[in-house]
Amino acid sequence: MDVLVCVKRVPMVGGKVLVTADGQDVDTRMSGFTVSPHEECAVEEAVQITEREGGSVTVLTLGLPEAAEQLRDMMALGAHRGVLLETDGREWGPDATAAAIVDAAGELGPSPFPLILAGNEAADTGGYQVGVRIAHALGRPCLTGIKRLEIAGATLRGSREYRGAQEVFEVALPAVVTVKEGINLPRYPSLPGRLRAKRAEITVLRPQWKADGLRKEGLRVPAGSARRAQILGHGAAAVPALLDVLNGLGVLPSAVRSGGDAA
Amino acid sequence: MTGTDFGPDGTGAGGAAAGLGAGGGVICLAERDGAAIAEASLRALAFAASLAGPAQSVTAVVFPPAGGVGEPEPDDEVFADVLAECGATDVCLVRSAELTAYAPVAWARSIEQLTAADRASAVVAAATDHGSEVLAHLGAMTGLPVAANCVSAQSAGPSSWRLVRQRWAGSVLEDAVLEASLALLTVAADAVGQPAADGAASAVNGAVSAVNGAVLGGNGAASGVNGAESADRGLLSSARAGRRPSVRTVTPVLSEPDLVVRATESAEQSSGMSLATARVVVGGGRGVGGPDGFSALEELADLLGGVVGVSRVVTSQGWRPHRQQVGQTGTKISPELYMACGISGAIQHMAGCLSARHIVAVNTDADAPIIAHAEFAVIGDLNEVVPALIAAIRARAS
Repeated sequence: MDVLVCVKRVPMVGGKVLVTADGQDVDTRMSGFTVSPHEECAVEEAVQITEREGGSVTVLTLGLPEAAEQLRDMMALGAHRGVLLETDGREWGPDATAAAIVDAAGELGPSPFPLILAGNEAADTGGYQVGVRIAHALGRPCLTGIKRLEIAGATLRGSREYRGAQEVFEVALPAVVTVKEGINLPRYPSLPGRLRAKRAEITVLRPQWKADGLRKEGLRVPAGSARRAQILGHGAAAVPALLDVLNGLGVLPSAVRSGGDAA
Repeated sequence: MTGTDFGPDGTGAGGAAAGLGAGGGVICLAERDGAAIAEASLRALAFAASLAGPAQSVTAVVFPPAGGVGEPEPDDEVFADVLAECGATDVCLVRSAELTAYAPVAWARSIEQLTAADRASAVVAAATDHGSEVLAHLGAMTGLPVAANCVSAQSAGPSSWRLVRQRWAGSVLEDAVLEASLALLTVAADAVGQPAADGAASAVNGAVSAVNGAVLGGNGAASGVNGAESADRGLLSSARAGRRPSVRTVTPVLSEPDLVVRATESAEQSSGMSLATARVVVGGGRGVGGPDGFSALEELADLLGGVVGVSRVVTSQGWRPHRQQVGQTGTKISPELYMACGISGAIQHMAGCLSARHIVAVNTDADAPIIAHAEFAVIGDLNEVVPALIAAIRARAS
């Protein structure tokens, strides 16, 4: 089966996110870039499907020319082909993004992709809708937030956990599925995979940017409480103080709990 | 067919907002959680109520439970009271022989028809898996933008809204302008109740926590009634409280494609205590050192009546299964105590535990980001501190 996987290049953030001086972007001068986590799992899932059933994995991203790096990372995991929908740095809304992906899928070859995978939501913008919009544009069913995916012939069975219960959905291909991290454990790229990805040709398309009804004015980091933890002590010597804190929070087993007068 | 069909004549008793400028009121998806309304939806409803003008309707839409309309629903009347306490002027019970299970497109289609009948100006849902999914479908079928994970919103003229929404799971806030004939908004889990929210939030919060009491203690209609009563007592200050909402039943017009995606099975899981709802979570990160280091954390979690949660590095190393992951791409927790051991506190992780009431960190690095988020910290190796703590608890118990 030929699978199309949509991924996004996002900054690799650690303990803190900084916003640029003009308040328009996340400051990435000190950070590397990666593929949004759910989407890396989508690529892994697609590679596993084609390893089982044959076919090919096409990985697609919409972004700056630099996003080719993420396409190569995904090809190193086993994707066969990379497609870059090159942009000029303006931010694309979910509707325009989905439309560009649908157009590209039509242009990429005579055979439509029976399965299109995406992440449940991008790590940065968190819009939760590109996959659903692709599905509507193509008149396909869409499963979202999937943590387990099985394919039997032309039937797709996807499940996820919701409010402590398993929700199972069954639809016929062709379909669009958005997945969540945890559906699999992405492999490390192999050396031959890296070499193949380095040499691979990337198809570049340049879709037309369109304005979105939701317009970003600026970004900011929420004002955190400037507090710092009260240090209870160092090593095992801090255990009595720690025990007092836990006692105060009422989380100790009842046999251990003590009132203010107890030691 | 029982109830009211959608259409110009079927808007029921609710249309308080008729004739108001850009349109009518605000519609909010009210999700069920067992025999109650989900707390996240009550918060979303409070958010929706804050968007509506005094003469505009706030309609809570309730879909049938799994199993469909054949089942008796003794809770509907209780729902009405609880929903009113959080700001609903109208309650709309969707009835359809076809809606026997969660079906995201059909839910979106139903709400679309309701917005047309009500001439609504906004649709609001909690940013849960269902809420996000249904609003995404609604956005796709109407061609309208969806603003996900809003923390605040206000009208800025006809078809224009100023809003603040979360990016990076709340680590970054976006100020944005939404221009749409119908605003589609999902509400971040922690939007209502934060100081940034509007003034009515505190009153509504009272109702949410009172109702929450019913949800937490709730098994069936009896405790639901108790919850509603305590909500009554707690919320006389709310502008809309006490007013009986008008309850109507509507039947959407659904076609086959709307019903292609539906939950076919929803068996209860037997995986013990849930990470999402645990009262105590003992967290383990890179500092645990390997897959064998978690037994002490499990033992501590058992002693404290809680469960173990882990950071992303732990699951990507394969030390623990992903279902134990706390974070942006894992589970979001809201325990009384989160004891984070050997966890540096990357934003990906903190996005999952910012709703914890108290955070205690155990970390060798006094400059780790977790120290800035925690209330208390022990500087030291968890592999020394945790066993010593377990021994101390056991010594006190004997």
